[in-house]
Amino acid sequence: MGKYVLKRFGAALLSLFIIITLIFCLLRLMPLEGYLGPNVDKLSEEVIHAKLAAKGLDKPVPVQLFNFYRNLARGDLGKSWIYRENVDIVKIIKPKIKISAKLGAMAMALSLIVGIPLGATMARSKGKWPDKLGTGFIVFLQAAPSAVYFLFIQMYATKGTGLPMLYNDSKPVSWILPIISLALPSIANYGMWMRRYMVDQMNQDYVKLARAKGVSNKAVMMKHVFRNAFVPMVQTIPSSLLFTIMGSLYVESIYSVPGMGGLLIDVIQRQDNTMVQALVLIFASVGIIGLFLGDILMVLVDPRISLTGKEESR
Amino acid sequence: MSKLFKKGAVMEKAAEGMADQLEQALKNSLPDDLTPEQTAELTPDRFEFAEFDDTLAEKTGYSSYSYWRSTFRAFWNNKLARFLLIALLLLILFTVIQPHLPGQRPPAQIYDFPDGTVMRNLQPSKEFWFGTNAVGQDLRSRVWSGTRMSLFIALIVAISDNVIGITIGILWGYVRKLDALLTEVYNIIDNIPRTIILILISYILRPGMWTMIISMCCVGWLGMARFIRNQILMIRDRDYNLASRCLGTSTRKIMFRNLLPYMVSVIMLQTALAIPSVISDEVFLTYCGLGMPKNIASLGNLVEEGRKMMMTSSRYQLIFPALVVTFITVSFYLIGNTFADASDPRNHV
Repeated sequence: MGKYVLKRFGAALLSLFIIITLIFCLLRLMPLEGYLGPNVDKLSEEVIHAKLAAKGLDKPVPVQLFNFYRNLARGDLGKSWIYRENVDIVKIIKPKIKISAKLGAMAMALSLIVGIPLGATMARSKGKWPDKLGTGFIVFLQAAPSAVYFLFIQMYATKGTGLPMLYNDSKPVSWILPIISLALPSIANYGMWMRRYMVDQMNQDYVKLARAKGVSNKAVMMKHVFRNAFVPMVQTIPSSLLFTIMGSLYVESIYSVPGMGGLLIDVIQRQDNTMVQALVLIFASVGIIGLFLGDILMVLVDPRISLTGKEESR
Repeated sequence: MSKLFKKGAVMEKAAEGMADQLEQALKNSLPDDLTPEQTAELTPDRFEFAEFDDTLAEKTGYSSYSYWRSTFRAFWNNKLARFLLIALLLLILFTVIQPHLPGQRPPAQIYDFPDGTVMRNLQPSKEFWFGTNAVGQDLRSRVWSGTRMSLFIALIVAISDNVIGITIGILWGYVRKLDALLTEVYNIIDNIPRTIILILISYILRPGMWTMIISMCCVGWLGMARFIRNQILMIRDRDYNLASRCLGTSTRKIMFRNLLPYMVSVIMLQTALAIPSVISDEVFLTYCGLGMPKNIASLGNLVEEGRKMMMTSSRYQLIFPALVVTFITVSFYLIGNTFADASDPRNHV
């Protein structure tokens, strides 16, 4: 186990390094005006040069990259240039991550509680009306543009129930609608995959054997089908949980939640390259760590997955 | 060896033919207790010995099963999918011929009242079926021209996803030396959230139609390539491929003749599902301000414009484009899934 974890950890670190370097170099390809705000044309050569030097941008790219890594090792992501000038990036995003992660974790709990039983019920009644109803629900949630149905939820739910329209950190009542909106797409996702995995399992020979032995339908479903179908679901849970810190662009802007959702777009539009760099770094590492944790969790849940054998293609 | 094989096959055929004959004979045989009318029918020539029939003996147990015909029949039996397919084809046909119909307005034209004020945010009426937008343009012609634009983008992205995904997937699965490298590349790209890649590429290049297409192509091929690779790993070492290789078939021919036909149904499914995801990506990118230029109508632009009108009485500006988006995406989803079910031979009766 230890060796496997170590090997996977090394691979994760390597891909993280490649991603960061790639993004760093890509962002250096952008025109320099982006770094200096809107009034570049009016500045003289010396001022431009001084400004670039102050930000360490006059050095060659490898040196900049090295400096970036050295600061990163100290937990310093650098300072924002334009979004909030000369404020530490860590300071800017810390409170935002807290809010997004709080809402996201609750939404995820809700979507697991609703989505998994939904998928299980649909699989048990395959081809009958609960299955058809659920499929319709899932197809609609996945296919209709979420930017649009979130708006309708906000409009009609606030009218119908009197819930507050905007998010307020100190009033938990105002969290309900954002959480429901956040949960809906993942309910559809969990429901769809749970149904598909369970239907796959139901056609397996061991299920037929269990039925032939006379095991009751409920026991077959709970003890055999559900447990086996849940294993592939487990793999995605850590990364979904970690990705909640990314926030949701649509939901957070509709309810004006001061979270991470719109931040990346915002700093991109203002061309704040250090912020873009830091955010992409965070999100990419979250993805890699999530995958790593998911693989390990799957091994823990399913004893049949061997650690020493050849890695199974996902 | 070959002689033995041939002989076996002939005997098998003969046995099948005899079984066939026997079955027919049993069918034609009559029950024991006969009515007088039936007895009258029993003419003496029905009691003659049957000769061994060579043509019947050659008859094999061949059924006229055709994969594609059965697939389409299974698809066609689903009423909802049939309806959506026809409706979708009509919609696509309509968006293509709409500019050539008489009495259509150009989508970029701004309309004024006779007194010179601009016709802003007019509610749907006889004159403007879908109303006008905040700039005073006819929303109906914008919706159709936007649909045309978005479908065009979706088509290009779906085709290039297919080409890139299939090529890389086949190489990935078939060429052992490339496996480790491509797995690493895949892991790296797949680990970064799709939205971040979309945003980053649109940011680095200049926003516009081709930037959007390029960024979507960069993430779109992943799913297809992985699927093709897994399929190929499964069927690469089956006996018929081994035999083919022993007979000296070139690698290229094995890839395209032996492996690819197995995956046609899945490729069609992926293509059908790529189109809705491209449209929703376009809406997303426009929302981020990285989409098409504002003056060009596309479904993303229209939804984004309408979204700002949601809380006012001009809600129709969101509803019309959103309805079109929802219809297109839902129908592609359902058609794709029904087709995938239909292409599974276990569902062929």
